[in-house]
Amino acid sequence: MTDTSSPIDTAPRDPGAAELAVAGQWTLFWLRFRRHKLAVVSLVVVAALYLVAAFAQFIAPSDPNQTNARFTYAPPQAVQLFHEGRFAPHVDGLAMTVDRESMRRVFAPAPEKPVFIEFLAPSAPYRLLGFFTVETKLFGIAGARPGDSLFLFGADRLGRDIFSRVVHGAQISLSIGLVGVFLSLVLGVAIGGISGFFGGTVDVLIQRLIELLRSIPTIPLWMGLAAAIPVGWPPLKTYFFITLIVSLIGWTALAREVRGKFLSMRNEDFVTAARLDGMSEIGIIFVHLVPSFTSHIIATLTLAIPTMILAETALSFLGIGLQPPIISWGTLLQEAQNIRAVAQAPWLLFTPAAAIVLAVLALNFLGDGLRDAADPHGAIS
Amino acid sequence: MLPFLARRLLYAVPTLFAVSVIAFVIIQLPPGDYLTTLMADWAAQGGAVESGMVEAMRERYGLDQPIYVQYFKWMSGILLQGDFGMSFEYGRPVSELIWSRLGFSFLLAFLTLLFAWAIAVPIGILSAVRQYSVADYIATFIAFVFLALPNFVLALGMMYVMSAYFGQSVGGLFSAEYVDAPWSLARLWDFLKHVWLPVFAIGTGSLAALIRIMRANLLDELRKPYVTTARAKGLDEFRLLMRYPVRIALNPLISALGWILPAAVSMEILVSVVMSLPTTGPLLLRALLAQDMYLAGSLILLISVLTIIGTLISDILLALTDPRIRLQ
Repeated sequence: MTDTSSPIDTAPRDPGAAELAVAGQWTLFWLRFRRHKLAVVSLVVVAALYLVAAFAQFIAPSDPNQTNARFTYAPPQAVQLFHEGRFAPHVDGLAMTVDRESMRRVFAPAPEKPVFIEFLAPSAPYRLLGFFTVETKLFGIAGARPGDSLFLFGADRLGRDIFSRVVHGAQISLSIGLVGVFLSLVLGVAIGGISGFFGGTVDVLIQRLIELLRSIPTIPLWMGLAAAIPVGWPPLKTYFFITLIVSLIGWTALAREVRGKFLSMRNEDFVTAARLDGMSEIGIIFVHLVPSFTSHIIATLTLAIPTMILAETALSFLGIGLQPPIISWGTLLQEAQNIRAVAQAPWLLFTPAAAIVLAVLALNFLGDGLRDAADPHGAIS
Repeated sequence: MLPFLARRLLYAVPTLFAVSVIAFVIIQLPPGDYLTTLMADWAAQGGAVESGMVEAMRERYGLDQPIYVQYFKWMSGILLQGDFGMSFEYGRPVSELIWSRLGFSFLLAFLTLLFAWAIAVPIGILSAVRQYSVADYIATFIAFVFLALPNFVLALGMMYVMSAYFGQSVGGLFSAEYVDAPWSLARLWDFLKHVWLPVFAIGTGSLAALIRIMRANLLDELRKPYVTTARAKGLDEFRLLMRYPVRIALNPLISALGWILPAAVSMEILVSVVMSLPTTGPLLLRALLAQDMYLAGSLILLISVLTIIGTLISDILLALTDPRIRLQ
């Protein structure tokens, strides 16, 4: 590739050019990544989502499993920032009547009964991140009286707070993406590496296997495997197996990427130089080859996470993935499985869906930005 | 062309074999064999289990023989007699249950592909010709949102909007009066009124990928010297675009069928479950939940085999449109 528009020697040198010339791989990576505005924003969103998942207990105002028969299918309560002219975040209380004909509870906002929101509200003690005992939540009802309710995203058929459930669901849904990607990484790098490094018959066999796996529709295959998980298994074991099943398909894309890189780099000058210097093959792989395509692998991995999140969602939604009482975005969507449930309480569908779209969209844009940044021929400024 | 065809068909044979093994493994996965499930089911219904019948079935499926014999018996039953085994839940041969549903599944997948192409190709062309324009950004962003939205959520959301705000009946592929009617113009019209929603919900998921392939390929083509030559000779922009670069940029889109088709079939299953369409999706889900394994395994086998055949057809199409492929 020759770039005739800016020959290096005659280009006007800006003060940073000297540093740029000696900048390391990761500095260049970051400089290229920074140009992709949407990806930078997405990086912030993704980081925020994982923080929410890590501190779910702190952020969720109520216990996600706490039922409240009084507030069956209570609608979302919108936050208002001002009350009688001064800053006081609050929601309107809910006035409940029973519709005599359908025998359903009907809720209406009651502005005369405001429920004030308090930040860093005291709560029953709980354990954060597994080791801190904390007695404070990010926010809660100030001076709670009986009958007060705070349902930012509404309540489900048992009167559980959907906001708290979506926040807790992030833990499982987002981590399944990470764990699944890690398993895919191990499989993909090992198998793709073997394929690209040895070549010949091994390569042909592995490539046929990958083509086979890619030609089968994934959902029926996943369904078949997931349905074989015994119902009585403990949640953690089910979680692990679902992750394993989901990553069974993810590794193929990664293996192809790794193999392609191995093949194209095997004959690069710097590899030949290392070989002539008497370096061992294993040494070449880990000291020269792997670092030179780490950025590519990171990009591919990021793009694989959303696929895994969507797969978990689909399986759990169908009732053959994770099962309640595990809370994930997929099991939350199970509540909205048919049009009747959606018609009665649309927020059952729309709030978990919004969380999924936000996470998947941000991860996709982030992955796109990383991929562009990993391209060594990409422009820097 | 013939050597290419022969080679391609030969490649398909081991793939088909591997798929049948996978389907068989899925049949074997749940604990216990087919007969224990069947007898438990009969006992639960209070029916007397005739020992002669059990023996006959044990013989038929080779259940007391090694696993490869069982596989062989299952496969030879399918290949030689079209016998996929019995569905114990329905008490009928699997082959009676699946064909019409498979037909609708693949009809739906086919319509979805047509829809996705019809939308993605013009948008891809627009995005490439007006690269980095507002239209390019908007199209890319919308396609990404559809990519991020699970299809079944989209289907549910659309059904909700249609019934809540437009008062339309949703779900299924036909209105009640046309379900069992023979094909006629009225039934076709009714079918079209129902089918657009699942087609939209499934098709939008593949849009992002298709648009990006089309855009990237066309951008590559537009930079080539022959485009400049044609422009220098005074060919007007639109005819130039359509006659050469677009035609070449379409080729990778045809080869993309190889993975778009499996994806469409997958998503069709999810959307069908939500909308209770008369396709393989709901049947497969029920079979798996009830551990009706011959039915489930046969469905997985047939869905995969038909997808592989579809991919084969797309390869042949590609070879027909692009001489470079068949000469390789």
